[in-house]
Amino acid sequence: MKKLAIIPAYNEEKVINSVINEIFTFDESIDILIVNDASTDRTGEAAAESGHATVINLPCNLGIGGAVQTGFKYAAKYGYDIAFQYDGDGQHVAEEITKLMLPLERHEAEVVIGSRFCQKHNGYRSTLARRIGIKIFKIVNSLLVRQWICDNTSGFRAYNKRAIHFLAKNYPGDYPEPEAIILLGRNGFRMVEVFTRMRERTEGDSSITAFRAMYYMVKVLLAIFMCALRPRLEEE
Amino acid sequence: MTGFTVNSDRVQWIGILFSIAYIAVLLVLIHRKKIKEEYSLLWLFSGVVFLIISIWSQVLFFFSFLIGIAYPPAALFLIMILAVISILIHYSMVISKMSDQIKILVQEQGLLRMELDRLRMGSDYSEKTGKSLKEKKRPAAG
Repeated sequence: MKKLAIIPAYNEEKVINSVINEIFTFDESIDILIVNDASTDRTGEAAAESGHATVINLPCNLGIGGAVQTGFKYAAKYGYDIAFQYDGDGQHVAEEITKLMLPLERHEAEVVIGSRFCQKHNGYRSTLARRIGIKIFKIVNSLLVRQWICDNTSGFRAYNKRAIHFLAKNYPGDYPEPEAIILLGRNGFRMVEVFTRMRERTEGDSSITAFRAMYYMVKVLLAIFMCALRPRLEEE
Repeated sequence: MTGFTVNSDRVQWIGILFSIAYIAVLLVLIHRKKIKEEYSLLWLFSGVVFLIISIWSQVLFFFSFLIGIAYPPAALFLIMILAVISILIHYSMVISKMSDQIKILVQEQGLLRMELDRLRMGSDYSEKTGKSLKEKKRPAAG
């Protein structure tokens, strides 16, 4: 079974190496793909120097959605069976990949979401505004896909082959995580959520700063409702 | 002239001249390939509407009567604003389509560049380092 970790990275030169090494030490059979989203620092070079990762350097900044989708395109092109989406900032824990893989291997789901919130006291803290936003997504998304999804903003996910090929063609642009759940749910992909430990971010800023929170909420909610209103997309 | 006439002859002539000049400028720009035909249609259409209104102002009076505007020049502003809004919405559509196309191009370019580097590395790596490529781990292709 060919497995690929897709890691979008923007200005993560300090941590990218430890992220790559963590996955490599955890499981050498997982191929690692770094999608360097036109970083202004040496992220691309640092990732290439590790020797354990394939690096795609995008010529201009596409935002996280465009970067991750590049990874799906790569995975589809090279026939991967499972793809993991994994953050480049070091907040995800490589050992938790096992938990993501289990439902895929048992064919219980096509998409697995690594969630921070499925259990309490998991060591993850965040700001009030962020918690409120996450709660809104939780309610809206759960209603629209008729399935309780606790952590819609998690970027720690695993996909099977069918999902990889679907997402290579259709993936939202900026702040894609909540919208992707609707997209997958409305197109009949079976999803499950598993609890995974995550770290506090060590280096780099969240893609959502307080200043852009409002824009983020309105934009993503609009995108979610529009996505829910559209008919199912055609698969090849 | 009846009491309906709001504009003097002078305003009417200026309106006709400006509408013709406007259409002419557009045609020249299209001719010089500064504007593509598909992006000029809405502009041209609005030019023709202005020309019709300038030549035959009763159209404007009838239009304002139809939608209940007491002061016909206000209807003229409405028509102009609607024309501009529809052109701007058209632009948003064009921009959205272009940004989608650019995204696909950037992704494709990134993938191809990586594959090209990989091919080059395959032929250069052993020369530079004296090691075979197998010693360096990289995802298997295909």
